[in-house]
Amino acid sequence: MSAALRSRPTLKTLLFKAGFAFSVFVLVSPAILVFLWMLSLSFKNEVDNTAWPPVFIPNPPTLANYVEVFARNNFLLYLWNSILVTGGAVLVGLLVGVPAGYGIARSKSAKFAILILIARMTPALSYLIPLFMAFQWMGLVGTIPALLITHLVITIPIIVWIMIGYFENIPAELEDAALVDGCTPWQSFRYIAFPLARPGLVVGGILAFIFSWNNFIFSVVLGGKTTRTLPSAIYNVLTFEQISWGPLAAAALLVTLPVLLLTVLAQREIVAGLSAGGLKDG
Amino acid sequence: MSDSSAGAALAAKHLPPAAGAGKPYDFSRKYWVFAVPATVIILAVIVFPWVFTVFMSVQDWKIGGGTEFVGLENFRTLAQDQRFRDSLWITLWFTVLAVVAPIVLGTFAALVFHREFPFRGILRTVFVMPMMATPVAVSLVWKMMFHPQLGVLNYLLSLVGIPPSAWVFSPDTVIPTLVMVEVWHWTPLVMLIVLGGLAGLPKEPYESAVIDGANEWHMFRFITLPLLWPYIMIALVIRTIDALKVFDIIFVISEGGPGTASETLNIFLYLQAFQFYKIGYASAVVVIFFFIIVMLSLLLLYVRQKSKWNA
Repeated sequence: MSAALRSRPTLKTLLFKAGFAFSVFVLVSPAILVFLWMLSLSFKNEVDNTAWPPVFIPNPPTLANYVEVFARNNFLLYLWNSILVTGGAVLVGLLVGVPAGYGIARSKSAKFAILILIARMTPALSYLIPLFMAFQWMGLVGTIPALLITHLVITIPIIVWIMIGYFENIPAELEDAALVDGCTPWQSFRYIAFPLARPGLVVGGILAFIFSWNNFIFSVVLGGKTTRTLPSAIYNVLTFEQISWGPLAAAALLVTLPVLLLTVLAQREIVAGLSAGGLKDG
Repeated sequence: MSDSSAGAALAAKHLPPAAGAGKPYDFSRKYWVFAVPATVIILAVIVFPWVFTVFMSVQDWKIGGGTEFVGLENFRTLAQDQRFRDSLWITLWFTVLAVVAPIVLGTFAALVFHREFPFRGILRTVFVMPMMATPVAVSLVWKMMFHPQLGVLNYLLSLVGIPPSAWVFSPDTVIPTLVMVEVWHWTPLVMLIVLGGLAGLPKEPYESAVIDGANEWHMFRFITLPLLWPYIMIALVIRTIDALKVFDIIFVISEGGPGTASETLNIFLYLQAFQFYKIGYASAVVVIFFFIIVMLSLLLLYVRQKSKWNA
């Protein structure tokens, strides 16, 4: 009797465990499939890449695709463009966005916060028509500064939004004492609030970097032949030169690699930022 | 001289008139100064485009051509433009699928990843990676996987005895296929939001439920789900906004085709503006689009407020 009682839950537990393991497998395998296939395509020669049935494991693996990416295309130039545009936009975003987040949090300006939220939600494409006209008028279409300025549309709202959340969580009482002692608001920001909100700066900077790096459409419209960023560069490689699968997969992998590495290294910060920016506070 | 007197003046200005009055010094009016640089940039790159777009939407304006005030003519033409109306339906269809599937899957994934199991950290990172990956790069790989003759997906289907699919190369399957890519991309975001909700759940209701003899399903149905509801609602609104704006994956994988079978609002907008150079007409589309987004953003704020009260 007691044995029967004990064995039933055990069977149930076993079934639950099997079902649970299966669920994990089903959830994770699509991500693994796509990334591994990308990796596999990039290390195989052209014959294997177009073979049927498909060859899964490169045998022998070849670096030829990567060599071709660097040799035949201006990959390094586009990489440099991406670094300039994204790096610049994140830097400017942090410089103006962190104090702005502080100001909005301390003055409790709900209207400003709503403006930032709507700016974050508006489709990037809708900014592009007026900005394109403006840059055309100024003769800036196809230049790095035009791209950098446009990328501020991505970086500033997300950094301000995240910083509002972080500064709101710093109790104002900490600063009150300093202010009463005759410290200016700037000093209070610089020496009290800013050091405490530094994790927010890391989170905001990382997310702004990722979204700016991944942006495609701005460079499609505003980038010139030598000034486009990586995502639109690989897209153009595909359509205009009809290059084969191996080099294309290698290029795609190289483009997304910095972002994926950042995701793995800073997973904790990203998760914190997305939940802070997505729902909590601010 | 200036140093000490300035310091004295500063002190006189900032010292509370009567020490021990008990009221903290109020600096709140000065804090807007911190937002000035950002405000200047936001006015230039965000607010100016909004205003200029509204202005352009009532003009007949072509790149390189003249401009003429036409009132609401662009909106009237849009209402009769079959291609625009089709794109609205396609967007709606895409959005419904690309919201419901990630919400269900993401909530399920959150429940799974909320439990302790071996390699949870690594597997969760892998699960979150699609969300961060560069959409264009990943879309190129999907495009190769969808290849009707040589694509790996049709091979995998053949392994389990399913006939090959036309994927994005048929008007019938293109939308569900693109939704699949979108689900792959954005289910992790739903998972993270719901996971955040799970982490903050109180323990007490479960303890009393166990005492009352509730089983796992009852606890999920009557405790977990109601408590998670605000988070699911937030994910729902964010997902709706994102799905309405979908661009990169469609632009790269199907280019709005075959024909116009996957031409969503954003793709239609892009073509009008940068293919046909109808700036005024495209701006009218943006105005309509913007109106929808603002409404949804306000809904999001409302839901967030509610979730704060509940949590």
